[in-house]
Amino acid sequence: MILTRFHKYASPKYFYSWSLKLRPWLATACVLLFVSGLVGALFLAPADYQQGESFRIIYVHVPAAWMSLFIYMVMAASGALGLIWRIKLGDVMARASAPLGAWFTFLALVTGSLWGKPMWGTYWVWDARLTSELILLFLYLGYIALQGAIEDRRIAARTGAILALVGTVNIPIIHYSVEWWNTLHQGPTVSKLDVPSIDTTMLVPLLIMSLAYTCYFITILFTRARCEILEFERNTSWVKERALQMEAV
Amino acid sequence: MINEQFFAMGGYAFYVWLSYGLSTVILLLNAVLPARKERKLLLAIAERSREKATIK
Amino acid sequence: MNAAKAVLLRDLKRYLRRRQDLFQPLVFFVIVITLLALAVGPDAQIFATVAPAGVWVAVLLATTINLDAMFLSDYQDGTLEQLLLSPAALPGLVAAKIFAHWLATACPQIVIATFVATVLGIESQVVAALGATLLLGSPILSLVGAIASALTVGLRGGAMLQALIILPLYMPTLIFGSAAVHNAALELPIGAELYFLAGLAVMSASLAPVGAAAALKIRLG
Repeated sequence: MILTRFHKYASPKYFYSWSLKLRPWLATACVLLFVSGLVGALFLAPADYQQGESFRIIYVHVPAAWMSLFIYMVMAASGALGLIWRIKLGDVMARASAPLGAWFTFLALVTGSLWGKPMWGTYWVWDARLTSELILLFLYLGYIALQGAIEDRRIAARTGAILALVGTVNIPIIHYSVEWWNTLHQGPTVSKLDVPSIDTTMLVPLLIMSLAYTCYFITILFTRARCEILEFERNTSWVKERALQMEAV
Repeated sequence: MINEQFFAMGGYAFYVWLSYGLSTVILLLNAVLPARKERKLLLAIAERSREKATIK
Repeated sequence: MNAAKAVLLRDLKRYLRRRQDLFQPLVFFVIVITLLALAVGPDAQIFATVAPAGVWVAVLLATTINLDAMFLSDYQDGTLEQLLLSPAALPGLVAAKIFAHWLATACPQIVIATFVATVLGIESQVVAALGATLLLGSPILSLVGAIASALTVGLRGGAMLQALIILPLYMPTLIFGSAAVHNAALELPIGAELYFLAGLAVMSASLAPVGAAAALKIRLG
């Protein structure tokens, strides 16, 4: 019973309508989270004792880095759904998340580099963490290139799913590389098991910003997914009806 | 609280504001462009199916 | 099993028949080392520090360029489709092709690499580390490379796309391979790196043929 319901909601047509209904809620949540996060990041959080005001870059760097990893997992998982269980929405989600993941990775690298210059004196250091983030960017770009090179959408999605699953092996190496190597990069500031090593007033905006980025990702992912579905299913009647409805408005 | 000091960011203005600025620009672009694409797609599909209807 | 053996022998015969295909990666390897020497400059000290890492990169690049040989010619003459239709388990056949490729292209490279390293005056414990890491690492390169090769076989711009896909996946192997070599130069123990490479090798040996087979099935429908 649950499975048939799930299949219904996972069909592109139903996804289109329920995601549209969610959109205003998601967008509002996004705005609220960003506003409160930025207020916390730029005003409420005190400057760091050692790093001064440049510490505030953490509030755009760390969420971007977390998203870059999170999105890759989403991409791999939804690709797997499409590959193994033939859930079309999985294919759509995987293809739609890739560019977002690449942008977040790019942001993480650039903001990390801008944070590094005042802190360590150089824009770039080949330590394990930064290098792994760079590798992650290459993984995203390879995935996007592969999907673009194959014309049949269905085959492209399944090929990409294999590549994403293979790339997932790289993720644990990224996560644990900080422990494996002596590097310039700080120890992880927040982990599930340890007590965070930064003060609460600094931690809360970080968590809010991370939530904001996640909410943003979901909102935009759904928009991109709807675009993919429109392109994919442009010849179906429900799409045509929707388009005519929208035009009438 | 938005004063001279706020913009100076303790001397790190370039790094902090470039980080925040770049993040804002990229996030805005990634929000606006797909939304516009969705509208354009819907309009194009509506256009095409009206044309097909008139041909019939 | 018999089918896999047949594929292995057939591929080996094919590599042996086209001997220039076997020499090209070796020549390429030596050229890359020469380029490195020219670029680094005449200071023997600096080159001695960089050379072991350079050897690793050269082997990696030579492997990347040569990955096509695994599937492309079979794809073009239709043999690959035949293999997919065969009742034998596809991962086994793919594993045979990977093994043949490794024997024909990687093994000579390992031999030449250790030889070149010795000739360049690299210390013996470093050469030993180089040999060990290449021995453990080159199967990883061939195995993981097979997945990329299967994913991109026959695509327009396939060679560049294949390289773009595979090089990030190669980096962990390169990191640990060269870390071991560096540690050997500093007379530090390299057990950890070797264990890691061995682990990667075992993991890719069990998973890569399955992944490459799945990729071939998807691509060739």
